[in-house]
Amino acid sequence: MMKEKLSRSTEPKSWLRFSAPQMFYPLAGKMAPWFAAVAAVLGVVGLYIGLFVAPTDFQQGEVYRVIFIHVPAAWMSMFVYLVMAFWSAVGLVMNTRLSFMMAKALAPTGAMFCFVALWTGALWGKPTWGTYWVWDARLTSQLLLMFLYLGFMALTAAIEDPRRSDRAGALIALVGAVNVPIIYFSVSWWNTLHQGASVSLTKAPSMASTMLAGMLLMAFAAWAYTIAVTLWRVRSLILERERHTEWVGHELDAQEGRA
Amino acid sequence: MKPRSKRLLLVGGAVALLVGAVALVLTAFQQNLVFFHTPTEVAEGKAPAGRTFRVGGMVEQGSVKRDADGLTVQFAITDTAKVIPVSYRGTLPDLFQEGKGAVVQGTLEPDGLFRASEVLAKHDENYMPIEAQYAVDQAQKAAQTVQH
Repeated sequence: MMKEKLSRSTEPKSWLRFSAPQMFYPLAGKMAPWFAAVAAVLGVVGLYIGLFVAPTDFQQGEVYRVIFIHVPAAWMSMFVYLVMAFWSAVGLVMNTRLSFMMAKALAPTGAMFCFVALWTGALWGKPTWGTYWVWDARLTSQLLLMFLYLGFMALTAAIEDPRRSDRAGALIALVGAVNVPIIYFSVSWWNTLHQGASVSLTKAPSMASTMLAGMLLMAFAAWAYTIAVTLWRVRSLILERERHTEWVGHELDAQEGRA
Repeated sequence: MKPRSKRLLLVGGAVALLVGAVALVLTAFQQNLVFFHTPTEVAEGKAPAGRTFRVGGMVEQGSVKRDADGLTVQFAITDTAKVIPVSYRGTLPDLFQEGKGAVVQGTLEPDGLFRASEVLAKHDENYMPIEAQYAVDQAQKAAQTVQH
């Protein structure tokens, strides 16, 4: 065990060195603005295509344009939860502090996208289905995802001791991850009011190509946005958790000197 | 075994067990998770009799008739195998159309008429421009004239 650690520390080129919060802090700071810029560009182009270029839908008319927000938000809300579960599992197995911080940094963004998906879906549902809300399998499991996000954030915030807080949060993240495939496949497993997937990996999309292009651009914008905000958030988590260490002291002095 | 591999096994095993348990629960509640029944299921008596439930399917072509009071609508829901006549009093959603999906909630009368208290339009996963739909309609019409 001891020997293993020594051999790793003598191998500074390995990317694993970034699992140390002290090393990851400057890297995250360098990457975040780039992802933010990419998100802004893709978002502007995606919205332009979605709102001005994409044609009116034959059935729904203009109301269908909610998909340029709704679908990327719903995808992201599910994906972010899986990434949270991944980092939680890595943290439990490898005992790395940074993994738990990543999970924690992702949660508010996932919750935000989950709320946006539910909210835009309700606004779309009224003119299309004739109701804001129904308790079908898709909507109910997505609402459960919202509660899982809120539960994760509340629980990790409620426990003072960082180690126990991390472990409790990891448990919610791992248990709740089971819900994600249920959300995704609910429309094909059961009769639901929500329609099936228009875009999936297994079949050609049942959607006009300009509509699809706008939606995918918005999805990539959501990805880049999530990465940027998460990196920024993980930086403040690192400073908070490591505030007693020497390097954080130096870092804060340097930042004050610059300001 | 290294403590790290032990923890990996522990976490992996726990998640696998959890997935198994959830799969069993979902299979057990299969019937309750269904948002609506199909007309065939209703015809086979699988729908809860005497209670409110939902039927989903296509609104049969040419079946929509409005009563003289202007509020009551009669139409039929079909899954192409069985047909259920529906009577509904109230406003219909904008996307309610013959040949399109709909979900109706209500009770089944002994004479086989479904008395709906709520009608929802079920949208499908197809998105296309108006022009494309027009082209599809034209092509279908052309195909039909060739057949006749």
